[in-house]
Amino acid sequence: MWKWLHPYADPERAYQLSDKLLPWFTFLAIAFIATGTVWGLAFAPTDYQQGDSYRIIFIHVPAASMSMAAYMGMATAAFIGLVWQIKAADWTAAAIAPIGAVVTFIALFTGASWGKPMWGTWWVWDARLTSELVLLFLYLGVIALYASFEDKVLAARAAGILAIVGVINIPIIKYSVEWWSSLHQPSTIRITEKSTMSTDMLYPLLINIFGFGLMIGALTLVRFKAEILARNAMRPWVREMALARGAK
Amino acid sequence: MQFDSFADFINMGGYAFYVWLAYGVSFASLATLIVLSMRQQGKVLTEIAKKIAREERLKESRSNKS
Repeated sequence: MWKWLHPYADPERAYQLSDKLLPWFTFLAIAFIATGTVWGLAFAPTDYQQGDSYRIIFIHVPAASMSMAAYMGMATAAFIGLVWQIKAADWTAAAIAPIGAVVTFIALFTGASWGKPMWGTWWVWDARLTSELVLLFLYLGVIALYASFEDKVLAARAAGILAIVGVINIPIIKYSVEWWSSLHQPSTIRITEKSTMSTDMLYPLLINIFGFGLMIGALTLVRFKAEILARNAMRPWVREMALARGAK
Repeated sequence: MQFDSFADFINMGGYAFYVWLAYGVSFASLATLIVLSMRQQGKVLTEIAKKIAREERLKESRSNKS
Protein backbone atom coordinates (compact mmCIF):
# COMPACT_ATOMS: atom_id res chain seq x y z
CA MET A 1 0.00 0.00 0.00
CA TRP A 2 2.78 2.39 0.92
CA LYS A 3 5.13 1.04 -1.72
CA TRP A 4 4.82 4.19 -3.84
CA LEU A 5 6.83 5.97 -1.13
CA HIS A 6 9.87 3.80 -1.65
CA PRO A 7 11.25 5.38 -4.85
CA TYR A 8 11.55 8.67 -2.95
CA ALA A 9 14.44 7.22 -0.95
CA ASP A 10 16.38 7.60 -4.19
CA PRO A 11 18.41 10.84 -3.90
CA GLU A 12 17.45 12.23 -7.29
CA ARG A 13 13.73 11.60 -6.77
CA ALA A 14 13.94 13.04 -3.25
CA TYR A 15 15.66 16.13 -4.62
CA GLN A 16 13.04 16.66 -7.31
CA LEU A 17 10.17 16.15 -4.86
CA SER A 18 11.70 18.66 -2.41
CA ASP A 19 12.12 21.11 -5.24
CA LYS A 20 8.43 20.78 -6.11
CA LEU A 21 7.21 21.08 -2.51
CA LEU A 22 9.43 24.01 -1.54
CA PRO A 23 7.44 26.89 -3.15
CA TRP A 24 4.23 25.71 -1.45
CA PHE A 25 5.80 25.52 1.97
CA THR A 26 7.49 28.89 1.47
CA PHE A 27 4.34 30.63 0.30
CA LEU A 28 2.15 29.19 3.06
CA ALA A 29 4.74 29.86 5.76
CA ILE A 30 5.07 33.52 4.77
CA ALA A 31 1.28 33.94 4.51
CA PHE A 32 0.63 32.32 7.90
CA ILE A 33 3.41 34.07 9.81
CA ALA A 34 2.58 37.47 8.30
CA THR A 35 -1.12 37.07 9.18
CA GLY A 36 -0.50 35.72 12.67
CA THR A 37 2.13 38.31 13.54
CA VAL A 38 0.22 41.36 12.29
CA TRP A 39 -2.98 40.09 13.93
CA GLY A 40 -1.17 39.34 17.18
CA LEU A 41 0.80 42.58 17.34
CA ALA A 42 -1.86 45.07 16.27
CA PHE A 43 -5.34 43.55 16.44
CA ALA A 44 -5.46 41.05 19.31
CA PRO A 45 -6.86 42.59 22.51
CA THR A 46 -4.55 43.78 25.28
CA ASP A 47 -4.20 41.33 28.18
CA TYR A 48 -5.89 42.54 31.37
CA GLN A 49 -2.99 41.40 33.55
CA GLN A 50 0.12 41.62 31.41
CA GLY A 51 -0.81 44.57 29.22
CA ASP A 52 0.89 44.57 25.83
CA SER A 53 3.95 42.63 26.99
CA TYR A 54 2.01 39.42 26.41
CA ARG A 55 2.27 40.03 22.64
CA ILE A 56 5.63 38.25 22.82
CA ILE A 57 3.52 35.07 23.08
CA PHE A 58 2.89 35.13 19.32
CA ILE A 59 6.50 34.13 18.67
CA HIS A 60 7.43 32.58 22.01
CA VAL A 61 4.84 29.79 22.02
CA PRO A 62 5.18 28.90 18.31
CA ALA A 63 8.98 28.79 18.65
CA ALA A 64 8.87 26.74 21.86
CA SER A 65 6.30 24.19 20.68
CA MET A 66 7.90 23.84 17.26
CA SER A 67 11.36 23.45 18.82
CA MET A 68 10.04 20.26 20.42
CA ALA A 69 8.12 19.15 17.32
CA ALA A 70 11.21 19.68 15.16
CA TYR A 71 13.22 17.62 17.63
CA MET A 72 10.75 14.76 17.35
CA GLY A 73 10.95 15.04 13.58
CA MET A 74 14.73 14.96 13.68
CA ALA A 75 14.80 12.01 16.09
CA THR A 76 12.27 10.08 13.99
CA ALA A 77 14.36 10.65 10.87
CA ALA A 78 17.51 9.60 12.76
CA PHE A 79 15.74 6.44 13.96
CA ILE A 80 14.65 5.52 10.43
CA GLY A 81 18.20 6.16 9.23
CA LEU A 82 19.71 3.97 11.95
CA VAL A 83 17.28 1.06 11.69
CA TRP A 84 16.53 0.85 7.97
CA GLN A 85 19.76 2.49 6.76
CA ILE A 86 17.88 4.94 4.59
CA LYS A 87 20.42 7.65 3.88
CA ALA A 88 17.81 10.24 2.92
CA ALA A 89 16.49 9.97 6.49
CA ASP A 90 19.96 10.70 7.88
CA TRP A 91 20.22 13.75 5.64
CA THR A 92 16.81 14.94 6.81
CA ALA A 93 17.95 14.74 10.43
CA ALA A 94 21.11 16.66 9.55
CA ALA A 95 19.00 19.28 7.77
CA ILE A 96 16.63 19.80 10.72
CA ALA A 97 19.26 20.16 13.47
CA PRO A 98 20.45 23.75 12.76
CA ILE A 99 16.87 24.93 12.21
CA GLY A 100 15.78 23.40 15.50
CA ALA A 101 18.71 25.05 17.25
CA VAL A 102 17.75 28.52 15.97
CA VAL A 103 14.08 28.00 16.85
CA THR A 104 15.04 26.84 20.36
CA PHE A 105 17.25 29.90 20.75
CA ILE A 106 14.30 32.09 19.76
CA ALA A 107 12.06 30.37 22.32
CA LEU A 108 14.65 30.98 25.04
CA PHE A 109 15.39 34.55 24.03
CA THR A 110 11.79 35.67 23.71
CA GLY A 111 11.08 33.92 27.00
CA ALA A 112 13.81 35.92 28.70
CA SER A 113 12.57 39.14 27.15
CA TRP A 114 9.09 38.36 28.44
CA GLY A 115 10.31 37.15 31.83
CA LYS A 116 12.13 40.38 32.61
CA PRO A 117 9.04 42.66 32.67
CA MET A 118 6.67 39.99 34.09
CA TRP A 119 8.79 38.01 36.56
CA GLY A 120 11.45 40.64 37.18
CA THR A 121 14.25 38.43 35.90
CA TRP A 122 15.68 37.39 32.54
CA TRP A 123 16.44 33.89 33.67
CA VAL A 124 15.76 31.42 36.48
CA TRP A 125 17.15 27.90 36.78
CA ASP A 126 13.81 26.22 37.01
CA ALA A 127 12.63 23.05 35.32
CA ARG A 128 10.96 24.50 32.21
CA LEU A 129 13.72 26.94 31.33
CA THR A 130 16.57 24.57 32.13
CA SER A 131 15.12 21.67 30.17
CA GLU A 132 14.57 23.94 27.15
CA LEU A 133 18.20 25.05 27.46
CA VAL A 134 19.20 21.36 27.49
CA LEU A 135 17.23 21.02 24.23
CA LEU A 136 19.40 23.73 22.69
CA PHE A 137 22.54 21.86 23.80
CA LEU A 138 21.15 18.62 22.36
CA TYR A 139 20.66 20.32 19.00
CA LEU A 140 24.18 21.78 19.17
CA GLY A 141 25.53 18.34 20.10
CA VAL A 142 23.86 16.75 17.07
CA ILE A 143 25.21 19.49 14.78
CA ALA A 144 28.73 19.17 16.23
CA LEU A 145 28.76 15.36 16.02
CA TYR A 146 27.53 15.36 12.44
CA ALA A 147 30.21 17.91 11.53
CA SER A 148 33.09 16.12 13.25
CA PHE A 149 33.32 13.06 11.01
CA GLU A 150 34.60 13.16 7.45
CA ASP A 151 32.70 9.90 6.81
CA LYS A 152 29.09 11.08 6.84
CA VAL A 153 27.61 7.58 7.26
CA LEU A 154 29.50 7.27 10.51
CA ALA A 155 28.68 10.88 11.41
CA ALA A 156 24.96 10.29 10.91
CA ARG A 157 25.11 7.20 13.11
CA ALA A 158 26.82 9.04 15.96
CA ALA A 159 24.57 12.10 15.70
CA GLY A 160 21.51 9.87 15.32
CA ILE A 161 22.18 8.01 18.54
CA LEU A 162 22.51 11.30 20.43
CA ALA A 163 19.29 12.58 18.83
CA ILE A 164 17.37 9.45 19.85
CA VAL A 165 18.70 9.40 23.42
CA GLY A 166 17.81 13.09 23.70
CA VAL A 167 14.12 12.35 23.11
CA ILE A 168 13.88 11.71 26.87
CA ASN A 169 14.13 15.49 27.30
CA ILE A 170 10.93 16.20 25.34
CA PRO A 171 8.37 14.90 27.90
CA ILE A 172 10.46 16.54 30.60
CA ILE A 173 10.04 19.92 28.89
CA LYS A 174 6.37 19.30 28.18
CA TYR A 175 5.38 18.27 31.72
CA SER A 176 7.97 20.29 33.66
CA VAL A 177 5.37 22.93 34.56
CA GLU A 178 3.11 20.26 36.05
CA TRP A 179 5.72 18.10 37.78
CA TRP A 180 7.66 20.88 39.47
CA SER A 181 6.67 24.26 40.75
CA SER A 182 7.88 26.81 38.26
CA LEU A 183 7.73 30.50 37.52
CA HIS A 184 6.57 29.46 34.06
CA GLN A 185 2.82 29.31 33.60
CA PRO A 186 1.16 26.04 32.51
CA SER A 187 -0.06 25.77 28.94
CA THR A 188 -3.21 27.63 27.93
CA ILE A 189 -3.85 25.77 24.70
CA ARG A 190 -5.72 22.52 25.28
CA ILE A 191 -6.20 19.95 22.59
CA THR A 192 -8.92 17.86 24.22
CA GLU A 193 -10.80 20.53 26.17
CA LYS A 194 -11.57 24.19 25.72
CA SER A 195 -8.44 26.37 25.71
CA THR A 196 -8.16 28.78 28.61
CA MET A 197 -7.56 31.70 26.34
CA SER A 198 -9.79 34.19 24.56
CA THR A 199 -10.33 33.21 20.92
CA ASP A 200 -9.20 36.56 19.51
CA MET A 201 -5.81 35.81 21.11
CA LEU A 202 -5.92 32.10 20.36
CA TYR A 203 -6.49 32.34 16.59
CA PRO A 204 -3.43 34.46 15.75
CA LEU A 205 -1.40 32.22 18.07
CA LEU A 206 -2.55 29.05 16.31
CA ILE A 207 -1.91 30.65 12.92
CA ASN A 208 1.65 31.47 13.95
CA ILE A 209 2.20 27.97 15.35
CA PHE A 210 1.20 26.52 11.95
CA GLY A 211 3.29 29.19 10.25
CA PHE A 212 6.38 28.23 12.25
CA GLY A 213 5.78 24.57 11.43
CA LEU A 214 5.54 25.40 7.72
CA MET A 215 8.63 27.59 7.90
CA ILE A 216 10.61 24.78 9.54
CA GLY A 217 9.31 22.52 6.76
CA ALA A 218 10.44 24.95 4.06
CA LEU A 219 13.89 25.44 5.61
CA THR A 220 14.27 21.69 6.06
CA LEU A 221 13.60 21.24 2.32
CA VAL A 222 16.19 23.89 1.45
CA ARG A 223 18.86 22.30 3.64
CA PHE A 224 17.84 18.76 2.68
CA LYS A 225 18.38 19.60 -1.00
CA ALA A 226 21.86 20.96 -0.32
CA GLU A 227 22.65 17.91 1.82
CA ILE A 228 21.55 15.55 -0.98
CA LEU A 229 23.88 17.31 -3.43
CA ALA A 230 26.80 17.31 -0.99
CA ARG A 231 26.43 13.58 -0.28
CA ASN A 232 26.00 12.61 -3.93
CA ALA A 233 28.81 14.65 -5.46
CA MET A 234 29.94 11.69 -7.59
CA ARG A 235 26.55 11.06 -9.23
CA PRO A 236 26.26 12.17 -12.85
CA TRP A 237 23.08 14.21 -12.29
CA VAL A 238 24.77 16.20 -9.51
CA ARG A 239 27.92 16.74 -11.58
CA GLU A 240 25.77 18.03 -14.42
CA MET A 241 24.12 20.52 -12.06
CA ALA A 242 27.52 21.60 -10.73
CA LEU A 243 28.92 22.12 -14.24
CA ALA A 244 25.81 24.04 -15.31
CA ARG A 245 26.35 26.33 -12.35
CA GLY A 246 30.09 26.61 -12.89
CA ALA A 247 29.49 27.71 -16.48
CA LYS A 248 27.49 30.74 -15.31
CA MET B 1 -6.84 47.81 15.62
CA GLN B 2 -6.03 47.83 19.31
CA PHE B 3 -3.96 50.99 19.24
CA ASP B 4 -5.12 54.57 18.74
CA SER B 5 -2.07 55.76 16.85
CA PHE B 6 1.18 54.51 15.34
CA ALA B 7 3.14 55.99 18.24
CA ASP B 8 0.86 54.08 20.58
CA PHE B 9 1.57 50.90 18.66
CA ILE B 10 5.33 51.43 18.88
CA ASN B 11 5.03 52.16 22.59
CA MET B 12 3.33 48.77 23.27
CA GLY B 13 1.70 50.00 26.46
CA GLY B 14 5.10 50.83 27.94
CA TYR B 15 6.65 47.46 27.11
CA ALA B 16 8.18 48.64 23.83
CA PHE B 17 11.75 47.62 24.71
CA TYR B 18 10.90 44.02 25.65
CA VAL B 19 8.37 43.39 22.87
CA TRP B 20 10.52 44.85 20.08
CA LEU B 21 13.66 43.22 21.47
CA ALA B 22 11.95 39.83 21.34
CA TYR B 23 10.56 40.38 17.84
CA GLY B 24 13.76 41.98 16.54
CA VAL B 25 16.11 39.24 17.71
CA SER B 26 13.71 36.53 16.51
CA PHE B 27 13.41 37.90 13.01
CA ALA B 28 17.12 38.73 12.79
CA SER B 29 18.09 35.18 13.73
CA LEU B 30 15.51 33.70 11.37
CA ALA B 31 16.75 35.95 8.56
CA THR B 32 20.33 34.81 9.18
CA LEU B 33 19.25 31.16 9.15
CA ILE B 34 17.26 31.62 5.94
CA VAL B 35 20.10 33.39 4.11
CA LEU B 36 22.70 30.82 5.22
CA SER B 37 20.40 27.92 4.28
CA MET B 38 19.71 29.37 0.84
CA ARG B 39 23.42 29.91 0.14
CA GLN B 40 24.30 26.34 1.13
CA GLN B 41 23.25 24.71 -2.14
CA GLY B 42 25.23 27.15 -4.27
CA LYS B 43 28.30 26.60 -2.12
CA VAL B 44 28.01 22.82 -2.44
CA LEU B 45 27.65 23.02 -6.24
CA THR B 46 30.60 25.42 -6.60
CA GLU B 47 32.69 23.05 -4.48
CA ILE B 48 31.75 20.10 -6.72
CA ALA B 49 32.43 22.11 -9.89
CA LYS B 50 35.90 22.98 -8.56
CA LYS B 51 36.58 19.33 -7.83
CA ILE B 52 35.55 18.34 -11.34
CA ALA B 53 37.84 21.01 -12.80
CA ARG B 54 40.71 19.71 -10.67
CA GLU B 55 40.13 16.15 -11.88
CA GLU B 56 40.11 17.37 -15.47
CA ARG B 57 43.44 19.16 -15.00
CA LEU B 58 44.96 16.05 -13.43
CA LYS B 59 43.76 13.93 -16.34
CA GLU B 60 45.24 16.38 -18.83
CA SER B 61 48.66 16.58 -17.19
CA ARG B 62 48.77 12.79 -17.03
CA SER B 63 48.01 12.40 -20.73
CA ASN B 64 50.57 15.08 -21.59
CA LYS B 65 53.37 13.16 -19.87
CA SER B 66 52.81 9.90 -21.70
